[in-house]
Amino acid sequence: MKSAALTLVDPTGEDLVKEPHAGPRPVSADAASAGDGAEAAEREGRERMENLLRVVLLPAVTFALVLLGWTVMQKTLVPAFPDVPAVWNKAVEVFSDPFYVYGPNDMGIAWQVMYSLGRVLAGFGAAMAVGIPVGFLIGSSKTFERAWLPLINILRPVSPLAWLPIGLLIFRAVDPSAIFVIFITSIWPMILNTAAGVKAIPQDYLNVARVLNFNRREMVTRIYIPSTLPYMLTGMQLSLSTAWMVIVAAEMLTGGIGIGFYIWDEWNNLSVPSIIVAIVIIGGVGIALEAVMNAVRRRYDYTMQEG
Amino acid sequence: MDKHQAQLHVSKLGKTFNTRSGSFEALRDVELSVGKGEFVSIIGHSGCGKSTLLNLIAGLEDPTLGGVLLEGELVQGPGPERAVVFQNHSLLPWLSVYENVRLAVDKVFAGRKSSVERDEWTREMLSLVNMDHAANKRPSEISGGMKQRVGIARALSMEPKVLLLDEPFGALDALTRAQLQDSVMDIHARLGNTVAMITHDVDEAVLLSDRIVMMNNGPAAGIGMIHEVNLPRPRRRLELGENADYLAARAAVMRFLNENRIEKAA
Repeated sequence: MKSAALTLVDPTGEDLVKEPHAGPRPVSADAASAGDGAEAAEREGRERMENLLRVVLLPAVTFALVLLGWTVMQKTLVPAFPDVPAVWNKAVEVFSDPFYVYGPNDMGIAWQVMYSLGRVLAGFGAAMAVGIPVGFLIGSSKTFERAWLPLINILRPVSPLAWLPIGLLIFRAVDPSAIFVIFITSIWPMILNTAAGVKAIPQDYLNVARVLNFNRREMVTRIYIPSTLPYMLTGMQLSLSTAWMVIVAAEMLTGGIGIGFYIWDEWNNLSVPSIIVAIVIIGGVGIALEAVMNAVRRRYDYTMQEG
Repeated sequence: MDKHQAQLHVSKLGKTFNTRSGSFEALRDVELSVGKGEFVSIIGHSGCGKSTLLNLIAGLEDPTLGGVLLEGELVQGPGPERAVVFQNHSLLPWLSVYENVRLAVDKVFAGRKSSVERDEWTREMLSLVNMDHAANKRPSEISGGMKQRVGIARALSMEPKVLLLDEPFGALDALTRAQLQDSVMDIHARLGNTVAMITHDVDEAVLLSDRIVMMNNGPAAGIGMIHEVNLPRPRRRLELGENADYLAARAAVMRFLNENRIEKAA
């Protein structure tokens, strides 16, 4: 069971280097441009209804079908599985007091999530601090690239969890080890995307900078960093979503407070409803992290501000 | 030449590129003097080394032989006194139109102009190219012709001794190109800059230039012929259509380019 839980998580995606899309986005035709006011308003209302149907109704149907299938399966094939009401009751119980603290190893679900998020942010931040400068070096120096890329290519496909024992050996404590695993998870996309971004700086921008006699510092702050920023943000987004996946597995192994160990603990308690509730919470937090990164990119990525 | 004081002097200029497949001599023995306030076009077939010549004058590349003198001083590396308008505008996409020009103004006039003066100067340059209305737009939000106007404003904002234009209108449609040519003529008349422009458009060269420098084909390209355009300014493109001097200049350039084309094919 333990090994099965580990193989479920493969955090290393193939396309670590994702180019930020350039070019203007298609602009939808203005709905009110044709026809007179009343007709346009009516059409607008109808379109809004259709949108509502698409955005709310279709997913609702899917959810309903899944719940139905779950219920049917539970009643017929796997009676050991909790039914929908059992999970619902568990969710109500979990969410009714998310901030309780009964002891160092017994805290509410909100604390569990926050401890996990804290580890993710610590590892992610450390990876930023190291990965972005290293990415700049690899992107701007052929020598540095030749020297370091083979090593990175060997280490990159390794599941970050393989580093957990190394972390335990080095730090002799579980918390820094979990952070270390997140650091390893996050650093490869940051290095590779930053390097790709530096390499993609058009010669024209550099020529502009040279005509203006920019010194090294101005070159970095005025050209290199802003030009590379979309790539860095792509790398950060990839890192963050993968890190959130990896932390669950890492915490299952390290124990302590955290959503990953919460799942493992509930499995040992044979409380499957709690596990299902935790899965939904993990998904929700993942969506929230993605939304935060999207907001950051909309704010700072000039390729997303076109049109 | 006699009516101008020589400002830019290209002397025995040669450039050889060392590529993986051996060395390639792009330019050999280029001699050219450009007077203060003069508008010179450099025309030639693709690959004749005219862009290399401009890059050498700009200092973006180093010559293999000879050198470029600006007001008697040897050009070493690029600098704002030889501002370049690049073919594909080269505006920084993360900055607004205003910020793109201000970037240059801030660098060139640091310590010489106050922040308020730099702001005024930036806005003055934008209104010179009729782009003040779009100061807060990003490059991605404006048309190709507008981008090139901003590129010209950025170059002019550096108060260059020589303005270098690298096929500035090559990527534009014919109507936009005509408008921008008129703008450049107008600005040249008002500011009296020394201008060197790369082009492959014969009409553009004749319309804008005091002299047309025709380059023969590489390898080891050089200046084949120089034609003086003795048309009075201001020039109106519609009136020039039947002007004998205009037609003669046009014919001379066309003949040169045609002969060189045949020479190359043979």
